[in-house]
Amino acid sequence: MKKNLVHLTIDGKPVEVEEGTTILEAARKISIDIPTLCFLKDINENGDCRMCVVSVEGRRGLATSCIQKVEEGMVVKTNTPEVMSARKMVLDLTLSNHHRDCLTCIRNGNCELQALAIKYNVQNVKYDGEKLEPKIDDKSPSIVRDFKKCILCRRCVSTCKKVQDIGAIDVTQRGFSSCVSTVDNVSLKDSNCVYCGQCIESCPTGALHEKEEIDKVWEKLYDDSIIKIAQTAPAVRAGLGEEFNIALGENVQGKMVTALKRLGFDKVFDTNTGADFTIMEEANEFVDRIKEKGTLPMVTSCCPAWVRFAEKNFPSELPHLSTCKSPHQMFGAIIKSYYAKKYNVDPSKIFLVSIMPCIAKKYEATRPEMEADGIRDVDSVITTRELARMIKQKDLEFTTLEESEFDDPMGEATGAGAIFGTTGGVMEAALRTAADVLEGTDVKEIEYKKVRGEKGIKEATFKLAGRELNIAVVSGLKNARKVMNEVKENKSKYDFIEIMACPGGCVMGGGQPIKSSKTRATTDVRKYRADSLYKIDEKSKIRKSHQNPQLIKIYKEFFEKPGSKKAHKYLHTDYKKQKKYELE
Amino acid sequence: MVLYEKKEMKTAKQLEEIRKAKRKELDLRVNTKADSREKHILICHGTGCTSSKSPEILANFNKIIKEKKIKNVRVIMTGCFGICSKGPVVIIRPDDTFYSMVTPEDCEEIIEEHIIKGKRVERLLCKDVTGKMVDRLDDLAFYKKQKRIALKNCGVINPEDIDEYLAFDGYKALEKVLTSMSQDEVINEVTKSGLRGRGGAGFPTGKKWAFVKIEDNKQKYVVCNADEGDPGAFMDRSILEGDPHSVIESMAIAGYAIGADKGYIYVRAEYPIAVHRLEVAIKQARNYGLLGKKILGSKFNFDVEIRLGAGAFVCGEETALLESIEGKRGQPRLKPPYPAHSGLWGCPTLINNVETYANITRIILQGADWYSSIGTESSKGTKVFALGGDVNNVGLVEVPMGTTLREIVFDIGGGIPNGRKFKAAQTGGPSGGCIHEEHLDTPIDYESLSSIDSMMGSGGLIVMDDSKCMVNIAKFYLEFTVSESCGKCTPCRIGTKRMLEILQKICEGKGTEEDLVNLDELAKSIKVASVCGLGQTAPNPVLSTMKYFADEYKEHVIDKNCRAKECKELAKIVIDKEKCKGCDLCKKVCPVSAISGEVGKIHEIDQNKCIKCRTCMQKCPFKAIG
Repeated sequence: MKKNLVHLTIDGKPVEVEEGTTILEAARKISIDIPTLCFLKDINENGDCRMCVVSVEGRRGLATSCIQKVEEGMVVKTNTPEVMSARKMVLDLTLSNHHRDCLTCIRNGNCELQALAIKYNVQNVKYDGEKLEPKIDDKSPSIVRDFKKCILCRRCVSTCKKVQDIGAIDVTQRGFSSCVSTVDNVSLKDSNCVYCGQCIESCPTGALHEKEEIDKVWEKLYDDSIIKIAQTAPAVRAGLGEEFNIALGENVQGKMVTALKRLGFDKVFDTNTGADFTIMEEANEFVDRIKEKGTLPMVTSCCPAWVRFAEKNFPSELPHLSTCKSPHQMFGAIIKSYYAKKYNVDPSKIFLVSIMPCIAKKYEATRPEMEADGIRDVDSVITTRELARMIKQKDLEFTTLEESEFDDPMGEATGAGAIFGTTGGVMEAALRTAADVLEGTDVKEIEYKKVRGEKGIKEATFKLAGRELNIAVVSGLKNARKVMNEVKENKSKYDFIEIMACPGGCVMGGGQPIKSSKTRATTDVRKYRADSLYKIDEKSKIRKSHQNPQLIKIYKEFFEKPGSKKAHKYLHTDYKKQKKYELE
Repeated sequence: MVLYEKKEMKTAKQLEEIRKAKRKELDLRVNTKADSREKHILICHGTGCTSSKSPEILANFNKIIKEKKIKNVRVIMTGCFGICSKGPVVIIRPDDTFYSMVTPEDCEEIIEEHIIKGKRVERLLCKDVTGKMVDRLDDLAFYKKQKRIALKNCGVINPEDIDEYLAFDGYKALEKVLTSMSQDEVINEVTKSGLRGRGGAGFPTGKKWAFVKIEDNKQKYVVCNADEGDPGAFMDRSILEGDPHSVIESMAIAGYAIGADKGYIYVRAEYPIAVHRLEVAIKQARNYGLLGKKILGSKFNFDVEIRLGAGAFVCGEETALLESIEGKRGQPRLKPPYPAHSGLWGCPTLINNVETYANITRIILQGADWYSSIGTESSKGTKVFALGGDVNNVGLVEVPMGTTLREIVFDIGGGIPNGRKFKAAQTGGPSGGCIHEEHLDTPIDYESLSSIDSMMGSGGLIVMDDSKCMVNIAKFYLEFTVSESCGKCTPCRIGTKRMLEILQKICEGKGTEEDLVNLDELAKSIKVASVCGLGQTAPNPVLSTMKYFADEYKEHVIDKNCRAKECKELAKIVIDKEKCKGCDLCKKVCPVSAISGEVGKIHEIDQNKCIKCRTCMQKCPFKAIG
């Protein structure tokens, strides 16, 4: 249905917009950049920070442009003296309760508060006074909460509650003492947080960030007695460039590999290969479950935030989860077993760093079961952002780096592995392999477009080997809860469900470059990054995991076949119920 | 206490029978010439008197009456009589004898002397400001200029007995609207009466009702805001404690008018007596079929539930109140949409405060014309004030709109105690302002109070004498707002805190002239940029004192002097050599031995030791210390 058009004037300029548009959106249409701080489109629309106030003729007080809808004949002024002094006051007050140690802040240069201070040329803080007590919660393996940087915008709170339906954090206390807290103010580690990291992506300042492992990695990189190996997840190459002002979503795989080598890694492998193994194991597990009437629907297990969510919220449904480890853990296990043996390296001398778009992977790598023969699968996990920082620290001019290829023999991956990084990718990759296994032929139709796109829950029905398969692709934990509740109540019609904790999948993971509220409101970041991965797939010569020659070789030499005893030892895992934090 | 377990639905006819019988029985309560062999001993059971043992007094009376086998005497708990400073208050009807500050030990004497011998117990009779004995309640100047509409039943009936409420036309207004008025007629009557919201902002009540009525939604709600939070305000509490049925009946009338079948009373958990009386009243009303399905045989269904507030001031703000009822953190919503359009759970919702509702039954029964004949051009009816502070008669007063502040403070309130001078009156609580002496003759209504930079507010009226420092007063109100800010928006969360810090600096003698400029600028920005009414009005006490008591601010900042000597760092307490007689009293009372001097000789204060407690000032019989 076409919406009615509304006419208004903003700063004397007539504007025509659809009914339901906010004043902010209408102003952006005519190139007026009203400042915002707490606003996060569709997620945090509370009008709390008061940065975006404007004057509306005939109205008492100032209007909140980020949520106030336009009205016919409205006369808006965005920079009257009253508006300007209110905004400056709001900014001054926000800064007055902020520990302004910008130079040593993890978000220096990419902070929305800092950007406003620059915009308004704040040179002194007039209303300085008592500040909130600086506390830090760095007990979790994934997220650090730095209270002294928090400006109470509540973007994290809304993201956790509305997008992920977890509500691990909320505002407690009142007035000046208000602060974002977990229930009973326990560490995030003991809360119901699952480490998806979407709060970090939402935070305008440095109040939330990943637990950095850069120092540990630097230390190892300078240790000549060990072999340093890096593996990079598919989504990293589609995001890393943004940290160097390269176009959104551009694939920087070649430069990334060069950079990693220059950082001092002896070998750089592609986690996409790991993803191919995951598909082999997972597709075959699925086929087995179908053939042997195992627990269905089967649910993917490559997202550690989702796994932690399931262990906390759906402990009785854990048998639905595929027993496959996630790609980087599988790949870690392969490197430290097959690869070490083949090249005659002591696996304890390998230092394996996973470069991930994700902060939950940091936690996953610390899970006690993620090892074989006493050798940890992965030694350290750093995010896309941390890699960018390391490249900068190494004084590398990323944009002009030459391109390199991943190392052999673990560097060759298929297009199926690449699309793992976006919502629907795991499903599509698995279907390509499952179809071939079930049909017993090389199926030509390999693009499952119904599972692509931004929708939080996508459903499709495919006919494979005469059997109708109902599948669902889910991203965002709110959607996951919905789908899993159906599973729990035995109402689910699906055979196979892909679940990713982050809306949009790994390309939008909690370890990816952070985008401002404005960028998120005006640009479909997910699409740019996801398209980049689909392009890699399109250009790949091999687009089915089970056709990866490296993989075939490794199965032949080491694992024998998917689901073998050895495969289980190295490539599979199990799950157990995790305590949910409840108020006594 | 009457708690009805069994349903006893009453028809309109049966109710009228109860009314008639009860009215006859209770005639002595309101008619001093009533022909009655009975005597009623009424004991105030408002929060104030209750905390000074009125329940024990009641029990004692009953015990003695039983022991002495006295007939024709009933002991009754009532709501507040208003004159709280004289509590616990005991009134004997129809004699109209007013005993003040009664203790449980006095009961024996009252029974023996008054009831048995017919002699008044003189020592317990109330004395007025001049020290004159007042034996009849109506003789007290405190009551002379008052007009009781909202408080009509307070102090007259037992609030826990629905029959006593019925005796004074209880539920007659509801019956009237259900049997003879259309929804629009009810709203028109309320509109015509000129009644405006008594919660503070003064929005025309009838208009608000009409806004909700026109909303096309199956589910609508009626909400009573009983989250009275202004420091020193207790009007709503007293109405709920003294006459809970009047609020319930009015809510039902509102429900009928706007088309709602469900009401919520949001009341503070710190008002346990009010909550209890409401619970009893709701139970009784349900029992008589005055709440529930098909009320009085009509098609109208209505019921009420109580929701307890956990003590956050901001929950008195209507949208924060709605959030709280919904079980969320009590913080305001942005308006628009207004609750009339989207309120409780997104449904059209009517929110009025207790006192507003308490006027409705009278308007319906006595008519809009009668009601609008009281008050001023823009503000009709009466207003209840909780009179407190440096005034002789602390208590609850209800006056017609247009009464001047001077009349309230000096005639009703009996003036300023201890021979001190009036300095300021504060209305509107933390959202209001301080009224200067020059405006004492302002007739009280919504507009005139705004014109002198204060506001009606919910009705707290705090009188201050010349021993009060106005900067310190502003600081006091700001301390309140800072601790009650919900923390949602930046201007209120951080801004009020910064204002407080500047005021603290000024009171400590560290303020600069630049601070005054910054304070003013910050205050004005907070007013325009805050989300809700609390933030938008929080700077008012500061702005009004900066305007009307500017010289005091300047003295603090430039002369480093606090004339009231309340700001310790700025107060220098000295002994006037001319006046000192060397009586040595000051030396004796000084807690830190800062005063030296021999008996008969002039004394002196060691400024290094003095802690500015002002005890010597208060004790000096020659007013030599200041």
